[in-house]
Amino acid sequence: MRTYIINTLLFAGLFLTIASCKKESTGYQPETMAPLSIEFDNIAGDANLQLSTGNYKNAVGETFSVNLLKYFISNIKVTTSAGTTYTVNPDSSYFLVNESEAATRFANIKVPEGEYSKLSFVLGVDSLRSTMDISKRTGVLDPTGGMDGMYWTWNSGYIFFKMEGASSAVPATVDANQKFRFHVGGFGGYSAPTINNIKTINVDLTAGGVAKVRTGRNANIHLLVDIMKVFNGTTNVSLANNSQIMFSTYSLNVANNYAAMFHHDHTEN
Amino acid sequence: MKRIHWIAIISLVLYACGKKDVISTFFAGFETPANFPQPVYRMADNPVTEAGFILGRKLFYEPRLSRNNTISCGSCHIQSSAFTQHGHDVSHGIDDRLGTRNSPPIMNLAWMPAYMWDGGVFDLDLQPVAPITNHVEMDETIQNVISKLKAHPEYPGLFKQAFGTEDITNARMMKAFSQFMIMCISSNAKYDSVMRRQGGVTFTQQEQAGYALFQQKCSNCHTEPLFSNNSFRNNGLSISAVNDEGRYLATLQPTDRYKFKVPSLRNLAYTAPFMHDGRHLTIMGVLNHYTDNVQQTPNLDPLLQQNGTLGIALTDAEKAQLLAFLNTLNDKTFVTNKLLAEQ
Repeated sequence: MRTYIINTLLFAGLFLTIASCKKESTGYQPETMAPLSIEFDNIAGDANLQLSTGNYKNAVGETFSVNLLKYFISNIKVTTSAGTTYTVNPDSSYFLVNESEAATRFANIKVPEGEYSKLSFVLGVDSLRSTMDISKRTGVLDPTGGMDGMYWTWNSGYIFFKMEGASSAVPATVDANQKFRFHVGGFGGYSAPTINNIKTINVDLTAGGVAKVRTGRNANIHLLVDIMKVFNGTTNVSLANNSQIMFSTYSLNVANNYAAMFHHDHTEN
Repeated sequence: MKRIHWIAIISLVLYACGKKDVISTFFAGFETPANFPQPVYRMADNPVTEAGFILGRKLFYEPRLSRNNTISCGSCHIQSSAFTQHGHDVSHGIDDRLGTRNSPPIMNLAWMPAYMWDGGVFDLDLQPVAPITNHVEMDETIQNVISKLKAHPEYPGLFKQAFGTEDITNARMMKAFSQFMIMCISSNAKYDSVMRRQGGVTFTQQEQAGYALFQQKCSNCHTEPLFSNNSFRNNGLSISAVNDEGRYLATLQPTDRYKFKVPSLRNLAYTAPFMHDGRHLTIMGVLNHYTDNVQQTPNLDPLLQQNGTLGIALTDAEKAQLLAFLNTLNDKTFVTNKLLAEQ
């Protein structure tokens, strides 16, 4: 009996030593919150996206330019290599990426110190937040227009993704200035079902580099966001046929396409 | 409920006597009329206060809400027309621009789960943003409105009284609008007195016959006591040149094409013209539509095509009885209540 207790204590001691050694070797304090940023670096195929000045060609051979690109990122979650998932507080987990404002390319969050190999977020705004009392929807989520045109007032709901530009492929009979407008939204409906374009994006960071989140550092998960994928994918969108895509069933095709536009390039630790 | 009824009457009397501080003396807040169900508006998130109501009323009649300071909510929602735009088939907004739909009444909104003819807005607190920013209505931005209100000599003080500080925020403005709008309660028509057995008021024989017909032929959709079940229906109107697809625009469900919200039958004497596009000028015109002119269009309501016949069968005598009953739904206290008027 005595031997058993001694052995148990020895084992416990050994275990504690190993555990503390391991902790020292990684240096992570999971009870401490540290900064992490996710960078949404918008590109067009193999070129950096240049608003208004860049010319690009989609899969059906139409040349176009982009002069506006905005989208909502929300509900960010990160998962450690050991499989522990941390969900960012919903009140600090909504971001509006606007290509014309450089600072908005970063979603700055705080997560427990640790090594993260998986990232998940929503492209859009979830139905809970979409139907919350107006006083709880401030900042980029203010439905009265604070986020500048990312809300449908006549059919209450956020525009999740907005891209506008010009193309000679747009028939002048459809738009005299040959502009195209993609305004994609739809959270599934409040009292009656309708389209749901909320997309959850899962990104594995293993190949491009895990995020090592520590106090005093600012790990940055650098994503390349390829707007060519908006046009090219399961559905190849033709501006000659579909240049004004708003609240419509066709928008489902665009959302299915753009769900594939995020690629993890690297992580700066 | 009796309280509101008497408050309204006492208010009128006092106004007639020339007193100015009626609200302070008699403001009773939001009360559910005795013959009404519980409201669906989330009262707990926005309790009606006297100061909030006064602010909301001032905002409702505020032309600064529009780009060139010419149009207020009250421009297209006129109290004497039960808060509709009498004489206009479709709403008439800024720079004489025209919309595609008829202004619906601001009436009993606390019992309505969705707004607009297509139900696209599901929260009353979000509703005012639509007309303020709409190109053909007020054509303004909320940010500009806030700037104008901040520069105004009275609004900062009114916001302080309503919400505790002078901060003018979007959310506070919308909450104040809601406080005024949900107080626009119409529940003092003859029908209500009959239902509440007030003062020995009874239907005439003609009205009673009309009521029986109504219950038999209309009440499936125009359900008492709000006279709408708030559902969306295609009532067989011919498809007009603008091809307004109604509820479909909000849901994209093919089965919602050409459906519109069932409007209340209260205050029809004040709210002509009728239907989502104001195509019918008189109630008789509407009744004639149901008897003679229901069109077989996609999603036509099953109730309007029973036994292989389109529409609702009514004789001329029955129409007269129905008209008599519908007249009992007109609420003069509502369209003359000084509490709801521009001050």
